[in-house]
Amino acid sequence: MSLLRVRDLTVTFATETERVPAVRGLSFDVDPGEVVALVGESGAGKSAAAMAVVGLLPGHAEVRGSIRWRGEELIGRSDRELSAIRGRAIGTVFQDPMSALTPVYTVGDQIAEALRIHRHGLTRRAARARAVELLELVGINQPQRRARSFPHELSGGERQRVVIAIAIANDPDLLICDEPTTALDVTVQAQILDVLRTARDVTGAGVLVITHDLGVVAEFADRAVVMYAGRAVEAAPVRRLYTDRRMPYTVGLLGSVPRLDAARGDRLVPIPGAPPAPAALPPGCPFAPRCPLAIDECRSAEPELVPVDGDPDHLAACIRTAETAGRSAAQVYRVATAPPARPDDDAGEPEVVLRVRDLARTYRLTKGVLLRRQVGEVRAVDGIGFELRAGRTLGIVGESGSGKSTTLHEILALRPPQAGSVEVLGTDVACLDARTRRSLRGQVQVVFQDPAAALDPRLPVFDVLAEPLQANGFGKAEIEQRVAELLTEVGLRRTDADRYPAEFSGGQKQRIGIARALALRPRILALDEPVSALDVSIQAGIINLLLDLQDRYGLAYLFVSHDLSVVRHLAHDVAVMYRGRIVEQGPADRVFAEPRHEYTRRLLAAVPRPERGMDTRPAGRG
Amino acid sequence: MTRFLARRLLNYVVLLVLASFLTFALASWFFEPLDALLQRNPRPPQSTIDAKAAELGLDKPIPVRYLDWAAGAVRGDFGTTVTGQPVAEELWRRVGVSLRLVLIGSVVGTVVGVAVGAWGAIRQYRLSDRVITTLSLLIISAPVFVIANLLILAALNVNSVLGVQLFEYIGETSPDAVGGPWDRFVDRVQHLVLPTVTLALGSIAGYSRYQRNAMLDVLGQDFIRTARAKGLTRRRALLKHGLRTALIPMATLFAYGFGALITGAVFTEKIFGWHGVGEWWIQGITNQDTNVVVAITVLSGVAILLAGLLSDVIYAALDPRVRVGA
Amino acid sequence: MSTGFDTETVRSGVDTHRFVSRRTLVWRRFLRNRPAVVSLAVLVLLFAACWVLPPLLPYDYSRLDYTALQQPPSARHWFGTNALGQDLLAQTLRGMQKSLLIGLCVAVISTVIAATVGAVAGYFGGWRDRALMWLVDLLLVVPSFLLIAIVTPRTRGNIVWLIVLLAAFSWMISSRIVRGLTMSLREREFVVAARYMGVSDARIITRHIIPNVASILIIDTTLNVGVAVIAETGLSFLGFGVQRPDVSLGTLIADGTPSVTTFPWLFLFPAGVLVTIVLCANLIGDGLRDALDPAARPARRARGKAGRR
Repeated sequence: MSLLRVRDLTVTFATETERVPAVRGLSFDVDPGEVVALVGESGAGKSAAAMAVVGLLPGHAEVRGSIRWRGEELIGRSDRELSAIRGRAIGTVFQDPMSALTPVYTVGDQIAEALRIHRHGLTRRAARARAVELLELVGINQPQRRARSFPHELSGGERQRVVIAIAIANDPDLLICDEPTTALDVTVQAQILDVLRTARDVTGAGVLVITHDLGVVAEFADRAVVMYAGRAVEAAPVRRLYTDRRMPYTVGLLGSVPRLDAARGDRLVPIPGAPPAPAALPPGCPFAPRCPLAIDECRSAEPELVPVDGDPDHLAACIRTAETAGRSAAQVYRVATAPPARPDDDAGEPEVVLRVRDLARTYRLTKGVLLRRQVGEVRAVDGIGFELRAGRTLGIVGESGSGKSTTLHEILALRPPQAGSVEVLGTDVACLDARTRRSLRGQVQVVFQDPAAALDPRLPVFDVLAEPLQANGFGKAEIEQRVAELLTEVGLRRTDADRYPAEFSGGQKQRIGIARALALRPRILALDEPVSALDVSIQAGIINLLLDLQDRYGLAYLFVSHDLSVVRHLAHDVAVMYRGRIVEQGPADRVFAEPRHEYTRRLLAAVPRPERGMDTRPAGRG
Repeated sequence: MTRFLARRLLNYVVLLVLASFLTFALASWFFEPLDALLQRNPRPPQSTIDAKAAELGLDKPIPVRYLDWAAGAVRGDFGTTVTGQPVAEELWRRVGVSLRLVLIGSVVGTVVGVAVGAWGAIRQYRLSDRVITTLSLLIISAPVFVIANLLILAALNVNSVLGVQLFEYIGETSPDAVGGPWDRFVDRVQHLVLPTVTLALGSIAGYSRYQRNAMLDVLGQDFIRTARAKGLTRRRALLKHGLRTALIPMATLFAYGFGALITGAVFTEKIFGWHGVGEWWIQGITNQDTNVVVAITVLSGVAILLAGLLSDVIYAALDPRVRVGA
Repeated sequence: MSTGFDTETVRSGVDTHRFVSRRTLVWRRFLRNRPAVVSLAVLVLLFAACWVLPPLLPYDYSRLDYTALQQPPSARHWFGTNALGQDLLAQTLRGMQKSLLIGLCVAVISTVIAATVGAVAGYFGGWRDRALMWLVDLLLVVPSFLLIAIVTPRTRGNIVWLIVLLAAFSWMISSRIVRGLTMSLREREFVVAARYMGVSDARIITRHIIPNVASILIIDTTLNVGVAVIAETGLSFLGFGVQRPDVSLGTLIADGTPSVTTFPWLFLFPAGVLVTIVLCANLIGDGLRDALDPAARPARRARGKAGRR
């Protein structure tokens, strides 16, 4: 008998203004010892489904359908009844470890609490002892001492381990993990996945993991259910899914994932458009507006989830599955992924547009209100140097705390650095006066990570794009013309200039951000994690756009990211940063293929690869 | 931790000195303590006026007068009133009266306010929550002197319905109280109830609103969800994890709340006829009495700063994130 | 070379025809809040009444009617009369004029001060921030009530002085809030981007910072009206605010207090009006807060409760 049997699960959020159907008829099973992944992008409804299982949805959510736990129906049970199951039979691991633990109780106490809730006879001392054992199990050093620490004294990875310890404290039969690694650094992600594997082995539990990361699915899951617009659109064992995916959305999803074994300049396969708003779904198949294979029948009725080629293990909600068999994503979406041939690609070394030498930035830690004293310092950037050449991309890779963003801001400030030198287009920034700085600013522009935060929500798009032009003395007519040019450049329409950022999707907002950065025709573009906040299919479109713009205008990119696969597609050269220093630097091909430094090797090994889920890659590049 | 507090203390002392100087200067500048004398009919001879002026030190410049005063203040001597009484004596007597008035009301107000606010958050949008929210809003929209008078009116009606003078609303004790210690105690309680309720109501309404908002903020936090995922029911998760965390921002409110309490006490003393510090303060202004006014100002300043220090301590005690190594 | 995307024909899920400007959205949200709308109507009515009605009434506020001394409400004197024979309705209206005027002016002025101080301290940081915040601390310790009480008797009832003094001591807490908001805005990417684009500090403050703190300022001003009215009436109650023979709600309540047990209407009418004004101001402020920043409140259940989950 399955541990968990979900049939026709429907979750609707009833707010004051509208009803939002987050989940519309989802069905799946989880067996003991099995790892089932719910895969999808934002808005697919996967978190809502998972929370429905444990009954932790907000009060205004309506749940219908059937969730059977060991044969017993969970929907409609009271909070008290569900509380008896939560934490004992079903353990949950959440996404954001930084806020998942109560700040005022020690870590040991919080684990002990999980034990004592369900075992009334357990003494405080026994609970505390067991908590220490659990801390050791999840890999925390010095568990005895650490048990007395408060959450804010632990790192993100350590906090997530504690959350896992809490989840498995009572030997649950089912573990639900909601994006357990998303908020963590790459190397920590790999460690947490190991801990989860250990947890599963030790408890023999079935695992339901929610994720958007196809690499995690490949490395950790046995079966995958792909969700789109609140429904399952494809379900199969992981190996099958990666080698023989049929539903066009899954095809596009897999095609848009950047890969570590790609060549620089390889285009990805983005899925055009954006997922539909749950409150305003189109008739018929919700994917039809974006589907390259859509026919009229697709728009008249929503396809059922049916076996593909008669195989009951592989289900797809699509009537066009025959068209996708054996074809690559590039073929299905009719795009070219090979980089365009550039005859003058290696004709001599292009000029150096940015030269950094021995750059350092130290932050002083001070205490006191009236009289400030220095109590220590943080060396955010500790003597780094590199060169950026015209028309090429330098990828700066590192995890949080490596100093990569600080480096970017030090360069962008165009002021003499605390130590070392920065030379932009041949000019040392220490020699700049206000006027020359102003003109140099036009040559170096920036694109930020969070497209929503990077645009002033109160300004329409026209004003957003016009701002840099106005600040640099362009006339009204010139501005209007340039704004229209920019919009077309990034794939938006001229009429979009009157709209507000809130009306656009994340990918479109980022395009606006890129357009703004291009307004002054810079030669250097600094990009601080520009695609990290985007869904993977949207991310692909932005990566392609960046590649096209570089080819067209010979832009030099200073690309900061923690995502090595993305960097692989874009970077000619790579610099790996760790704790403020560059530990390895060189041409991307060489660094990725033959990493010399220990940290680089660790970083590369930690990246979860979708390729590992497959025996062979889908038929070649278009 | 102690260094942190010591720093704050130093800051406070500086602020206190400045506040006292500011008050002294303003009062000395604007007050005309000789008015009472000058308006007598017939007008006293000039020598009397000059003597009085010299007695009050009006011929010296303000900074000098301040230093004289400060020198005395540090020793505990706050000078004399315009009628010649030593300020310090009267001050301590009246402080006792005010404390008796304020203490119970403030403690009850804070504790009950926090509890009510937490309760309202847990029962969000249910009837009890709506009632509490509406009442709180109504109460904070009414100033202390309105609430006091309304309570007096209500007490009057209760008294007449019951036929017994249950609630007393004039003064601290009845002048004609007879009987042993128990009767006198009961008499005091009867006089204490209305003023205490007046002060407490304002505090309850204020704190409950803030506590409710703080709890609602905490409600949406991830760690509540983790607590529930452990197996705690919603109510227990909110009480055990939410309340404790939501109390932290309340600590900062304590210092401001204390200032409001002092102001509230002034009105309460006037309306209920208690001869405490607040009443004296107003008399001091009316009588143009600099020493009285400044002494009370310093006292209230010290009280506010002590409250501020206390709230810092409570904050550090509640929030482990603030506790850096001593 | 094809880039493989085509946003021309594919729109996101947002229905463009239904999109309305932010101002309309806010207004609509506000209108859904019934108590706030009612309060707004009441307040506007009161404001209009206290200026429009007095010329229409048979009795002036200062006129003494010897035939009706300390009379309860009657057909002739709707609010009754006081010991001197003055019509309480007329007096209340006159008192309202003063209190409302002072309240509004103080609220607006103190918000302007708070916005300026908070924005400067928050945006520039450094010594400016430390100095200004230290000033805020000082003013919080100094008993404002007292200082105003010392000064006003000397100003012979000049309202302007009262407004200035009250405003000078009301801006501190609001400025802290503005400062906090500005500090977080300063680090927001769109401000940082503007700096890197070469936009001047002044333009950044006016174009980016101020509009984004505007909602907080509006809410603050509204709530401050209530606070200012209470402060003024408190002072007048003690005899330090509006000076006799001029009339404010505070002086009326002070006059009514000694006889509250025997002639309650002298106290109840001005007190009732006072509470109504402040209550309305608070309800409007709360309604504005909900309308301008709905994300701050947890999502409400729809009418007709959902199942228990």
